[in-house]
Amino acid sequence: MNKEIVNVIGVGMKYQSPNGEINAVEDVSFSVERGEFVSLVGPSGCGKSTLLSIISGLIKPTGGKVFIGDEEVVKTSHKVGYMLQKDYLFDWRTIYQNVILGLEIRKQLTPEKKAYVMDLLKTYGLYDFKDKYPRQLSGGMRQRAALIRTLATSPEILLLDEAFSALDYQTRLAVTEDIYSIIKSENKTAIMVTHDISESISMSDRVIVLSKRPARVNSIHDIKFDCPVRTPLKCREAPNFREYFNTIWKELDVHVEG
Amino acid sequence: MSKDEKNLSPERKAYLKKVRFLNTATWIVRVLILVMFFTVWEIAANLKLIDSFVTSQPSRMVRTLVNLYNNGDLFRHIFLTCIETVAGFIIGTILGTLVAVILWWSKFASRVLEPYLVVLNSLPKVALGPIFIIWIGAGPASIIAMALAISLIVTILEVLNAFLQTDEDKIKLVETFGANRLQVFTKVVFPSNIPAMINALKVNVGLSWVGVITGEFLVSRAGLGYLIVYGGQVFQLDLVMTSVIILALAAALMYQGVVWLQKRLTGEQIS
Repeated sequence: MNKEIVNVIGVGMKYQSPNGEINAVEDVSFSVERGEFVSLVGPSGCGKSTLLSIISGLIKPTGGKVFIGDEEVVKTSHKVGYMLQKDYLFDWRTIYQNVILGLEIRKQLTPEKKAYVMDLLKTYGLYDFKDKYPRQLSGGMRQRAALIRTLATSPEILLLDEAFSALDYQTRLAVTEDIYSIIKSENKTAIMVTHDISESISMSDRVIVLSKRPARVNSIHDIKFDCPVRTPLKCREAPNFREYFNTIWKELDVHVEG
Repeated sequence: MSKDEKNLSPERKAYLKKVRFLNTATWIVRVLILVMFFTVWEIAANLKLIDSFVTSQPSRMVRTLVNLYNNGDLFRHIFLTCIETVAGFIIGTILGTLVAVILWWSKFASRVLEPYLVVLNSLPKVALGPIFIIWIGAGPASIIAMALAISLIVTILEVLNAFLQTDEDKIKLVETFGANRLQVFTKVVFPSNIPAMINALKVNVGLSWVGVITGEFLVSRAGLGYLIVYGGQVFQLDLVMTSVIILALAAALMYQGVVWLQKRLTGEQIS
């Protein structure tokens, strides 16, 4: 079987509006292997989120193609799960009703799937809260519930769109740790978009640096740490963390000035 | 309760006492204003400081009320007006929401219809009264049509506006699961706008009253609006004043009903 699960080939995106054309993404190509954690970093507003929306099939690129496995992406795929900037749990639904939202929409609410959701809730400590409403949960727990909502539909690939940026710094570090371990234990492939360099280095196997708008691939960095058990927090203490940080930061900076 | 009170700090006790005092004082002053108003009115009329022929006076209003009750007319008039208002209110809400759904669904339709809505919204609906009378006849149906004319467009605009302001990211979320337009509506747009729709209901109650009374002014042979107009025509200010006060009470009660409904609907989500 092909190791590469996501293939982005020459993707470009031009937005049209009455006021003119916005060239958001231009000729971006990269691929992601099964089980890999890849980050896309770039300056704010560079078109990173557009790129994720294209990979997920939410919007059609104006140029290039995206393949998931051997299939070209033309609409939202069942293989892809999307995590947005905020948890967006619906406050008129209980936690359980929230996490089954995706299954409900896909009309896949079978007894097996329900049992799987219950397992997820149990494994990740939300079972006792399943009949509570989102506002009764802490920020970290809400983020976890949002991840379970995504995992419930059994995606192979997770797309994280600045998924932690709405949290305060303390919670963010803890949630990053939490979500990373869940993604790894569920053996998912992940593509994360962020403007936080530290976050991208601490979580990823590879960091793809994008230029400012229109987004192009600037460089790709393989991230390797010597720690025996890799977690985002441990990585932050590793000696070569600084080096990676400085390299990527310089690349971003040059482009801000340029 | 008494155990809790003991554990409170003196500052807390003082604060609670102050809050209770303020609440009681507010109520007392409110009632006093009302009593004073009617007392001064009554006395001034008795002393001939004001002409009770044009101002009426509380004791004469009570007599009018008793007369209406003894004739068996009182509740007939109140009932008719209330039924017309409730009918206008319910039909206006349902129809308005339905049209809003259609306009939300089809961007093209809402684009096309926008200028028509703007014109209809700014048109003084009373002007349509004669048309309704000729088309539908001088009866309760015309009055309900009047209430609809006044409340419908506002309902459509309010609800549509709420629908259009639904959080884009919540819609994106369900779209990532592959939701179609109907699912976007039933899973996100409708449930997230229930509070906004209840607010539209509150506005609607008021507008339905305006519509019904206007309608009764124009056509009717019964109802509170009829009593007011009739009283005015035969220069019976007692009847006019009595009807206005009954009207105020009925409208306030119906508004409170919607507030109660709002508390129940949003309260259920919290518990």
